[in-house]
Amino acid sequence: MKNVRLENVSKMFGTAIGVENVDIDVKPGEFFTFLGPSGCGKTTTLRMIAGFYYPTNGKIFFDNRDVTTLQPNKRNIGMVFQNYALFPHMTVFENIAFGLEVRKMSKAVIREKVERAQKLVHLEKYGARKINELSGGQQQRVALARALVIEPDILLLDEPLSNLDAKLREETRIEIKRLQVELGVTTIYVTHDQTEAMTMSDRIMVMKEGVVQQIGTPQEIYNQPSNHFVASFIGESNVLDGEVIEIIGDAVKVKLDDDFYLNGSMNQTANGKKLVVGEKIKCSIRPEAVFEGQGTNELKGTIQLVEFTGVSINYVVEVGSNIMKIMIINKGNQILNRGDSITLHVPENGIYLIGE
Amino acid sequence: MSTNQAIVTRDNWWARLTRSKYFVYVLISPLFLILLAYVIYPFYQTFIQSIVGEEGATLENYKRFFGLTSTANLEALWTSVYISVISVITCAIVGVTMAFLMERYEFPGRKILSVLILVPMALPPLVGVLSFTFLYGESGILPRAVQALFNLEQVPFSLKGVVGVIVVHTFTMYTYFYLTAAAAIKGLDPSLEEAATSLGSGRIRIWLKVILPMLTPSLVASSLLVFMISMASYTAPLMFGVERTMTMQIYLSRTNGNLDMAATQSTILSIVSISFLILMRWYQGRRNFQNQSKGIGVHRTELRTQFAKYMSMLLSFVGVIILMLPILVLVLISFSVDGEWTIQIIPTAYTLEHYIDLFTDERTWRPIWNSLQMSFVATAGNILFGVAAAYALVRMKFKGKVFLDILIMVPWALPGTVVAVNLIAAFSEPTVFSFNQVLIGTFWILPLAYFVRHLPLIFRSTSAALMQMDESVEEAARSLGANWWYTFRRVVVPMVFSGILAGTLLAMVQGIGEFVASILIYSTRTMPLSVAIFQKMYAFQFGTACAYGVLQIILIITVLFISQKITDGKAGSAI
Repeated sequence: MKNVRLENVSKMFGTAIGVENVDIDVKPGEFFTFLGPSGCGKTTTLRMIAGFYYPTNGKIFFDNRDVTTLQPNKRNIGMVFQNYALFPHMTVFENIAFGLEVRKMSKAVIREKVERAQKLVHLEKYGARKINELSGGQQQRVALARALVIEPDILLLDEPLSNLDAKLREETRIEIKRLQVELGVTTIYVTHDQTEAMTMSDRIMVMKEGVVQQIGTPQEIYNQPSNHFVASFIGESNVLDGEVIEIIGDAVKVKLDDDFYLNGSMNQTANGKKLVVGEKIKCSIRPEAVFEGQGTNELKGTIQLVEFTGVSINYVVEVGSNIMKIMIINKGNQILNRGDSITLHVPENGIYLIGE
Repeated sequence: MSTNQAIVTRDNWWARLTRSKYFVYVLISPLFLILLAYVIYPFYQTFIQSIVGEEGATLENYKRFFGLTSTANLEALWTSVYISVISVITCAIVGVTMAFLMERYEFPGRKILSVLILVPMALPPLVGVLSFTFLYGESGILPRAVQALFNLEQVPFSLKGVVGVIVVHTFTMYTYFYLTAAAAIKGLDPSLEEAATSLGSGRIRIWLKVILPMLTPSLVASSLLVFMISMASYTAPLMFGVERTMTMQIYLSRTNGNLDMAATQSTILSIVSISFLILMRWYQGRRNFQNQSKGIGVHRTELRTQFAKYMSMLLSFVGVIILMLPILVLVLISFSVDGEWTIQIIPTAYTLEHYIDLFTDERTWRPIWNSLQMSFVATAGNILFGVAAAYALVRMKFKGKVFLDILIMVPWALPGTVVAVNLIAAFSEPTVFSFNQVLIGTFWILPLAYFVRHLPLIFRSTSAALMQMDESVEEAARSLGANWWYTFRRVVVPMVFSGILAGTLLAMVQGIGEFVASILIYSTRTMPLSVAIFQKMYAFQFGTACAYGVLQIILIITVLFISQKITDGKAGSAI
């Protein structure tokens, strides 16, 4: 269990920026996720922590030890690669034993530890198998066992689930989280899948084009996105353009269209920003924060598209000049048709004001 | 305390060095040094020899080469080009036709033909030419048989001169066209043709507008390759007595002691070869007709009429005979008693003696042993260099990659004759690169020549294997605590082993059969196998010569077979 600290870490590839000024402090035992679309610099950051790249600027510390340019083999990390990177010329046992052999442990100790690791990932009977005789999910678990058996100070996972099919992905996700909690190892997880990030992480760092957008717990990221990108990347959101026309105390009145207004709160602004009258802003409203019927912040619209998923009824509604997505939990409500008019309302705490 | 501090400072010093972005140049410098010593420097020495006269630098030799007072050189250049162009055309016709027949039609005898069609690859140049002269030469078996059959005064036909050279070239080099064309046809998506048909194209239009354009890249690449090899061809002109080719002129200039002229001719031939190499690389870099679609493979058309079936059976049979005859005749003659076969159609007396002598008689065993030793030494060097160079080029980042890549390929493009002339120019005097020794006349010059000539083989097979290997596997080993060397030994080498082995075997047999450079620089104490064959041939000891040849062919077939097995048929990258 070690703490990982990045101080203003930047990485340039020639003149192209890989990542810029990443500044994080991962607590011992924490499950920390780098989330973002491909090319956002999350893997680059992970590879600098692993030691495969050296930062162009900034420093990396493991428990106050400067490891910025330490070779990867001296960092005592466990890493799981996207394609697993198993040694195809070795058996499952030999793969898992590799790191222990490097550490010059005795045969007996190696056998004991490898068997324990195999048990941990439910591969007891597969020790003598070759890698190409395993399914994708089994390979994934070998990779995990190989990374964990060396008792790493830090576990690095680079999109470990992206090569699995949907059902297996969910199972493995739960499995990884279980192992992480049981072993308490500091874990850094890279993914572009927001569900994985939300369900597994203690904290998430959202990145875009090499720049950190927001760091926070899943709730913070979801409920209080710091900007338009985070709001729309994590979950779905209606991001509407508006103008602040009145501020009384904490109450903020935003004009969307000539006859549509929203009443928000100064407590619900991105990064606690103070708004001023006349400012152009964006309002983020989650589809599930909108309710059918009359109430505060009432809106009238026309239904353009209806989707029934079973769990919910999704509408795309034209409200003035805006198009909004609405999700209504299916409790046996009557499903409206395209072209019907609908009355909606949004509670004040469902409106999040993003300055921009 | 003080030791602790010492460790820290040393660690810092070492760490600073290894983390410097220039450290990679320290690592690759030995590769450049070897290329400098054994490729560039000999080439440079030859060039110097060609321009330095008695009083300083002069272009006298080049003037003489291109001058009209003696046209021998220009004629030779013309003949070489002309033979090469014709060879390309004949090889293309034979190779592509064969590829189409084999890939598109199902006929009786197709299976056996498809195996035997690659037999010419198993014929070392010298041995191949040898069997052709036995078969079709002036006193060859076939012309004499026809003569006897029809009671003619003279042999009705015989293979000699330029035609002989071209026939041998066609036989030995059509495989380059066959392999690439067959691969391209196999890769041709049948749905393209179906699409064209559905859009209303007739057969001829499909051929002209769809199939040929798709084959163009592979045809151009093969043409360049065959042209280059034909330009470098030495054995065929030598055996068929075509003196006016570039390689023969170099050989003759050398043996007549006209060293300046030999150097000039070598330089000119090198320039031609290297331009073709660069042209080829450039072309391969931009060819990009790869089929994306998978789906059903090409279906072979079955012959329907009885007549077509019998016809194709007959033709397949003829094909098999033509392909097998060169080897069969070698085997036949290898059992003949030396000196007994004079004017008869086929040898009259047979014996097992030659094969027994190969391994028991000190004088006949000696050249085999020499070749084994020298090829072994050269191959060991090739492994070290090839694996290191492949790793550097595939895995490391540095400036000058393309340059290093071309430098490694240059010896492959250079005719063996030129390699020999270059080595003579460089190592007839003590130099730093030969540790202040004269190498000419020693054991070491031939292994060096083999090393240089076969430099690209292991390099190419290893880089192909390395490119298949995902880099993250190495990173995984590093993350598990293995240092670079441990990773290299335990992970990289085992994973690319089949590639290294395939190249090694190829380099080994090529070394054992090498003739073109050997004939110019061998010394009597270390006479290699191929030179021995050549001499036995001229001493009319045909039996012994052919026994040597059969031994070589067996070796090559074994190696081809093993490579095929270990690389799952993905070999061929090393050609």
